[in-house]
Amino acid sequence: MVKIEAIIRPQRLDEVKTALDDLGITGMTVTEVRGAGKQKGYTQHYRGAEYTVNLIQKLKLEIVTGADMVDSVCNCISDAARTGEIGDGKIFVTPVLDVIRIRTGDRGKDAV
Amino acid sequence: MLSVFVQETEAKMQSSINSADTAWVLVSTALVLLMTPALGLFYAGMARTKNVLNILMQSFVALSVVSVLWAVVGYSLAFAKGNSFVGGLDYLFLKGVGQDALTLNGAALTVPHLLFMAFQMMFAIITPALISGAIVERMKFSAYLVFIALWSLLVYSPVAHMVWGEGGLFVGKALDFAGGTVVHITSGFSALALALLMGKRRLNHSDDTRPHNLPMVLLGAGLVWFGWFGFNAGSALTSGGLAASALVTTHIAAAVAGLVWILLEWVVVKKPTALGFATGAVAGLVAITPGAGFVTPVSAMIIGAVVPFISYGMIALKNKFKYDDTLDVFAVHGCGGLWGAIATVVFADKAVNSAGFNGLLKGDSSWLMQQLFAVGTAVGIAIVGTVVIYTVLKLVFKTVNVSSEEEAAGLDVTQHGESGYVSEN
Repeated sequence: MVKIEAIIRPQRLDEVKTALDDLGITGMTVTEVRGAGKQKGYTQHYRGAEYTVNLIQKLKLEIVTGADMVDSVCNCISDAARTGEIGDGKIFVTPVLDVIRIRTGDRGKDAV
Repeated sequence: MLSVFVQETEAKMQSSINSADTAWVLVSTALVLLMTPALGLFYAGMARTKNVLNILMQSFVALSVVSVLWAVVGYSLAFAKGNSFVGGLDYLFLKGVGQDALTLNGAALTVPHLLFMAFQMMFAIITPALISGAIVERMKFSAYLVFIALWSLLVYSPVAHMVWGEGGLFVGKALDFAGGTVVHITSGFSALALALLMGKRRLNHSDDTRPHNLPMVLLGAGLVWFGWFGFNAGSALTSGGLAASALVTTHIAAAVAGLVWILLEWVVVKKPTALGFATGAVAGLVAITPGAGFVTPVSAMIIGAVVPFISYGMIALKNKFKYDDTLDVFAVHGCGGLWGAIATVVFADKAVNSAGFNGLLKGDSSWLMQQLFAVGTAVGIAIVGTVVIYTVLKLVFKTVNVSSEEEAAGLDVTQHGESGYVSEN
């Protein structure tokens, strides 16, 4: 099993969710996050005083799935989240040792 | 015989009260009252979430502290017969302040004395609350309470007396229709003094100090604008043409100033900001206040068009010198008030108000020095008064600022034991 963590633009969430849905992936955790990468911050002015925003609003999607699905899920997210501009985000894939469904006590792949 | 005499006297009193004037000043009093909560919203939205309640309270609590003081002694010190500088104690605990009309400096008012007192009370309330914007996010609430109480008695009442009170030093010599000098110059310069005395907030480099809720700021600005019709047009103390004239100049100055401010921003920072619009409108309202009942609508346009350059420029200087007049009370109220006082001498027109005078543009320069003297005196009293009060506070409270830990945790939790926004529920 793997965990796929995708950092995406907030405004691409709907596209990503729809695309994942078509792939049969409905379970996910979405968190509002702020971060910095290649996309530099932006400046705002409050009464003329410049304020630089370094940490930019993004969404983090966490999906746990079987190892066989990694490529299709990652491609699906990439295609749906891509605008071509700097700041589209990143995807991290990590192994997951075990999964437990709290309600039933199921473990492993059955619990995903 | 006696009853006939009483009846006659009552009839005489009745005749000097005008119902329309009274109705308008009653409404105006309520309008000006609303400005203080509105100011709280305007200020609180510009600060950070952890201080929102403390800032709202700095305005709201003035409604209580100053009202009580005003009824006990503040009104008397401001408006009772005394010397040129301060009123006497004739109106202590509102003694003699009744339902009959008041004659003030030879002018027979047509509203009940009690109503005049209440209308002026609303001005007395908002003025110290204005100062709070300069020192938000760092002042002990206890020290703030004592500050506004002492400031109201030591600064506001004397200056109000000199400009408006019975036998005041500048009565008939300097023009201040609705409080450009009494309200905005005093609060603006005291704000600067207090911000310098208390020093900067202890911010970390990573602190996000952007306004936490700009919609709240705009709501406050809108309500302040609304209330200002009572502030300026109510200061006519009649419901006739003069009130209408003051209402129109007030609105036009605010409208022009809001627009000019965002155009200025468009040029300087490439974006017209909502905060800039709200700030500009308030600066326009400040600038027109002393001249509202003395100038024409066209003059109001000029007054409103100039003030954004002055206040915006002052904010740029503040950012350069890095002192922490956090919400720019000095730039908006101090400098806007100064411009308004000078503009009044420039644009005053007796055709608008026969009780006023003709200004520089009408060829009469004889009033300039008196106006500047009045302004200078108000500035002096505001600064000296603030330094004296701060010194007293230091003796009583040891430190006027909260500790750096309290400042970091926020004043809502440390001063009031509550949170403005609870994310857990």
